[in-house]
Amino acid sequence: MLVSNRNRLDRELDVLIDKCGRQRTALMPILQAVQRKYGFIRNFAMQKIADALSIHPVEVHGVVTFYSFLSEKPRGRFIIRLCRTISCEMAGKDRVAAQLETELGIKFGETTVDKRFTLEWANCMGLCDQGPAMLVNDTHYTRVTPQRVLEILEECRSRLSPHAMQGAEEEHLV
Amino acid sequence: MSTELTFSQVDPYAGLKAAAGIGRADILATMKTANIRGRGGAGFPVSVKWNLAAAAVGPEKFIVCNADEGEPGTFKDRLVLSEHADLVFDGMTIAAIAAGAQKGILYLRGEYVYMLNDLETVLARRREDGMLGQNSAGRIGFDFDVEIRLGSGAYVCGEETALIESLEGHRGEPRNRPPFPVDTGYLGRPTVVNNVETLAWAACILARGAEWFNRIGTEQSAGPKLLSISGDCENPGVYEFPLGVSITEVLKVVGAEDAKAVQIGGASGQCVPAGNFERKIAFEDVATGGSIIVFGPGRDMLDVARNFMEFFVDESCGQCTPCREGNEKLLEGIEMLAAGTCSMKYLRELCSLGKTMQVASKCGLGQSSPNAFLSIVEHFPDEILGRAEGTVA
Ligand SMILES: Cc1cc2nc3c(=O)[nH]c(=O)nc-3n(C[C@H](O)[C@H](O)[C@H](O)COP(=O)(O)O)c2cc1C
Ligand code: SF4
Ligand code: FES
Repeated sequence: MLVSNRNRLDRELDVLIDKCGRQRTALMPILQAVQRKYGFIRNFAMQKIADALSIHPVEVHGVVTFYSFLSEKPRGRFIIRLCRTISCEMAGKDRVAAQLETELGIKFGETTVDKRFTLEWANCMGLCDQGPAMLVNDTHYTRVTPQRVLEILEECRSRLSPHAMQGAEEEHLV
Repeated sequence: MSTELTFSQVDPYAGLKAAAGIGRADILATMKTANIRGRGGAGFPVSVKWNLAAAAVGPEKFIVCNADEGEPGTFKDRLVLSEHADLVFDGMTIAAIAAGAQKGILYLRGEYVYMLNDLETVLARRREDGMLGQNSAGRIGFDFDVEIRLGSGAYVCGEETALIESLEGHRGEPRNRPPFPVDTGYLGRPTVVNNVETLAWAACILARGAEWFNRIGTEQSAGPKLLSISGDCENPGVYEFPLGVSITEVLKVVGAEDAKAVQIGGASGQCVPAGNFERKIAFEDVATGGSIIVFGPGRDMLDVARNFMEFFVDESCGQCTPCREGNEKLLEGIEMLAAGTCSMKYLRELCSLGKTMQVASKCGLGQSSPNAFLSIVEHFPDEILGRAEGTVA
């Protein structure tokens, strides 16, 4: 990490920690905010959060690895989570999965080289009456068909217009 | 498609205002007469839980609304939170008056973060209307407020002690019970944990009266229940039925009369074959937190069992051996069945392993994860045995 980026992250974490508080109950909100902003929680951030909350970094690491929405490794700008549970399976999630893999050229569990997309399986997300269901970051998509896959990906890409892209991508890779 | 729900007919604030007028003792008496049991799955009597919390001693007490809704096939809490959030917050505030709590926390699963802004808007309006904050609902000295906290994608965090661990900033690993949250809960304080739907019904009961509620349903399972119905049916969605309704009746309404089996209670529930559709959805017969998944005539029940077992292997917190190892073994067994290499003798061993898990696991996840496997083996032996590799029934 560049020293300038590191300093920036350091300052941003200070602000975040001040906002959430330094008690142990603030740990999840802090981690969730870091995850949202940077796309993952790097060692430096875990160390810093542990110091602020006066707990061992191993404790923070233990929490990060427990929750599937928290990650210690960089993920794509858009995390696509396709539901693999039974109602969505019966509604045809396998074909949606195959089309996603084809369009993006990656398998589930992988991230595209341009760091834009990560494909992940998710368990039931409470949209079983409208499957196959899928989350792209915080947005949910229902009754997804193989045919709609490209359209959804294009929608994501359009949000990363050259202008929007700069700020976002930079922030994400800090 | 959804039928008209009672929740659409009860005015926001009505139940809370009634409760604020009568106070703690009468609220507890009303809940007892209504005879309502928890809607999150376990069916614990609400009046007993609230009484225990009211009697518990502590410098502060908490009301936690469990909106983790992770059981496969359940989505009724999503509907309640998106369309009737006021009833849920009314219910939390009523519980707070009853238990003497100062603070409420709604634990919203991370997958539902898209509802967060709307829920915060509802809370802000309730503060403006005097339903939250200082002297909430006009009760002098009753300062109650609600904070929303998010989950981060862990099914086990729906278990109440794991949920509390998560709120405290730990891994979502269930605790031993006892002690129960009603005396040693969030931050070691007395804590009421109730399901979203339970709290919304509490608001309706205070608004409409305990007798109205109690007249619906059966003696041991009072009141209406929301069911989330998905799978092979014409009209999936959220429905309201009186508890005690037969599976046949439910299937008729959703357009699934040709069903071969239904899974009741989600992955941790049980699989009921067509021959038993006269059974009733009630705590004393087939219990459910609300999940009903329909399997049409063409479905391969081994695929169903595999999907559920994969779910549990993925979601087990790994804290205790019966659950951590047992789920892996059962999944392995399912692969063997699919390949036609599972002997009857080994299948019997797997079933006895499943029964051991039901008693030896630390929390409800491991205690119920073998249910689907065991009921599919029991009801569909000829469909799962004797396969040649690559064939389906
Ligand atoms: C693995 C597991 C997951 C659970 N998930 C939920 C859930 O998502 N929502 C819920 O209300 N209860 C869930 N429960 C049940 C809770 O532990 C608790 O019984 C319930 O929230 C109490 O509320 P009620 O009495 O109003 O039903 C779960 C239990 C287990 C063992
Ligand atoms: S039963 Fe499973 S989920 Fe529950 S404590 Fe044991 S390992 Fe964790
Ligand atoms: S099974 Fe996919 S959302 Fe529930």
